[in-house]
Amino acid sequence: MDLIIILHAGVATGTVILFATLGELITERSGVMNLGVEGMMLLGAMAAFGIANSTGNAWLGLLVAMFAGGVLAILHGIVVIQFRADQVVSGLSLTFLGTGVSLVLGEGLSDAGGVALLPAFDIPLLSAIPVIGPIMFANQSILTYLSYLLVPMIWYYINRTRPGLHLRAVGEYPAAADALGINVFRQRYLYVFIGGMLCGLAGAALSLAISPGWFSDKTTAGLGWIAIGLVIFAQWNPIRAALGSFLFGALRRLILDIQGPMVLFGVLRNPFFYDPYLGFFLQMLPYAFTIIVLVIGSREAMRKRLGAPAALGIPYVRGERGA
Amino acid sequence: MVNRKHLFWIIALVLIVPVLVSCGQAAPAEEEAAYQIPDIEEGMFNVAFVYIGPHDDGGWSQSHDVGRQYVQDNVDGVHTAYVEIVAEGADSEQVIRSLARKGFDLIFTTSFGYMDPTETVAGEFPDIDFVHVSGYKANGTNFGNVMGAMEDMKYLAGMLAGSRAKLDGNPRIGYMATFPIPEELRLGNAFALGMKVTCPECTMDVRWINTWHDPVIEKEAAASLFDAGVQVVFTGADTPASADVAEEKGKWGITYDYYGSCKSDACLTAPYWNWGPIYADITERSMAGEYVGGWEYFDAETGGLGLYGFMEGEEPMPGVADLPAEDVQLVKDTLAAMLAGDFDRFDVFSGPITDNQGNEIIAAGKSFVQADLDQFPPGAEGLECEYCMYWWAEGVTAELPELE
Repeated sequence: MDLIIILHAGVATGTVILFATLGELITERSGVMNLGVEGMMLLGAMAAFGIANSTGNAWLGLLVAMFAGGVLAILHGIVVIQFRADQVVSGLSLTFLGTGVSLVLGEGLSDAGGVALLPAFDIPLLSAIPVIGPIMFANQSILTYLSYLLVPMIWYYINRTRPGLHLRAVGEYPAAADALGINVFRQRYLYVFIGGMLCGLAGAALSLAISPGWFSDKTTAGLGWIAIGLVIFAQWNPIRAALGSFLFGALRRLILDIQGPMVLFGVLRNPFFYDPYLGFFLQMLPYAFTIIVLVIGSREAMRKRLGAPAALGIPYVRGERGA
Repeated sequence: MVNRKHLFWIIALVLIVPVLVSCGQAAPAEEEAAYQIPDIEEGMFNVAFVYIGPHDDGGWSQSHDVGRQYVQDNVDGVHTAYVEIVAEGADSEQVIRSLARKGFDLIFTTSFGYMDPTETVAGEFPDIDFVHVSGYKANGTNFGNVMGAMEDMKYLAGMLAGSRAKLDGNPRIGYMATFPIPEELRLGNAFALGMKVTCPECTMDVRWINTWHDPVIEKEAAASLFDAGVQVVFTGADTPASADVAEEKGKWGITYDYYGSCKSDACLTAPYWNWGPIYADITERSMAGEYVGGWEYFDAETGGLGLYGFMEGEEPMPGVADLPAEDVQLVKDTLAAMLAGDFDRFDVFSGPITDNQGNEIIAAGKSFVQADLDQFPPGAEGLECEYCMYWWAEGVTAELPELE
């Protein structure tokens, strides 16, 4: 059991969770909750793998996946922004819709072999840094490196730019934003679309890089739901989202690696080697963690302190007093 | 602000949905409406199949769908149909009952959790035959079960893996095991016994993944084993992760369930299910009114089991080509004996067998009986086992806790 290997794997798997978490985070910062992450990811995974299979171009697959995720999210946008329907119900339906569409369009893809995938490589110089290098900059997917750039960019955009200020305004106090001449509807559509694109990207990262292949509705295996919980854990902050995602990824790998050695730290008799049934307990941990985060995050006082967007989940109606 | 009601639902969903997803159910709220019950064709003998996963999952369910197509193509006067992604438990009972009401003459249910629902519906429709795959119940009339001795093929795959690891100079094998149940111990031990035939110095590491089908976890488990230093990984789960990761690492993998899963050049072989002949045989018996619901467990001579690269019309995978000729010949000869009916699961599990604690499990000249193969000690009442399946074969680096 090597901690560097575990963290390396955590960053790889975490990349998928991270893209989805960032997508949901941006969407929620604009005041719209989209629980359809799993559906958008599945559609993205299917589209990316299908296009890469038929055209031989993984990058084209990636672009189509992002577009597909965005289009699916726009459906949610029309329902909740235009028609002001319940965001929870619509988001959930989106999961089913995305799953169904992916299964139908992905018919036969599970048999595809030799599909063009996205490359993984070392970053020169950076990979030579002790500890950090072998974890973050050695043999990671190009999408993982992309996520290192994306996280600070999104943080800077939200917190330090004028369009980012508008994004926060429509999420916190849409009536005031509207009075300032910001088109609340257009803003929310935009960020719902971008959020969907990032979820599509998360799906593409799965099927073309992190665990390549199309395994129908099992492809995403619940990662989208973890992303939704992580948004709260991250307090709607992209940098914390990155830490959380990589941590969750590492936890998933730790569960497996800890079964290997008979002795831990040179002295402790390793209970996970001697009793396979303990694995169930370990596998529960990420979900237990998600539950705790959601329970804490659901207390209103706590939510305020965590920094939830004040208008999250509330449809905006022009002329009415905003929340 | 999101109000409290919403938050309740969000929490409920985040808690419930991953569980449902991991159980193979597509949607909690869809209920029966989600399942499209197919129509029968008048004048034909109508056969329905119920799958736990999608029909093209690349693994277990797809192997059954290949079997369904075989029945469709090879049995005259038959119409086949399937319902996929059916959750075990109450949902499956509704689906099975709906199929029976529609007028299907024979219904195959292909997941362990369909056993009790199938039994219930079979009692309501005595004129229809029901066959459950992978369970152990039967009613002596129109409800029976069927399963195969995959341990035969795992034993042969173990020989190939051992041969490969020895040739590569790294005598370590990895087993990605699903759940700690008798079946997974049986298949793992059969593999280990095969491994010891060609590579006495080989050892086997184990990772429990607690799922039958999760592409991400399976890939990580394969990586976990390769990073720990093993040369060949074989799997008890559905996806080709063992071979895919092997290709990345320059090692070898062995896939499972479906013949199409052995695609990568790093794949040595795949022990796979060939349900076609089994289903065709049962269908013909049912058409003739001769099906008696009992307990059927087939070995390799029925044609229901395959070892990819070694069956008729298949080419050996590249990783097998440069193995020592005597090892490959031994695999071929043993397979030929299995196909001829001269070598079966009880020959795989015959003494002397020693466990990894140094205890003798069974003495030379004796062999296991069925009750030993699929039960933990002490076995079911009236079906007690003498040797049982709660041990790891010599060479396996893993432990089991004391049974209480």
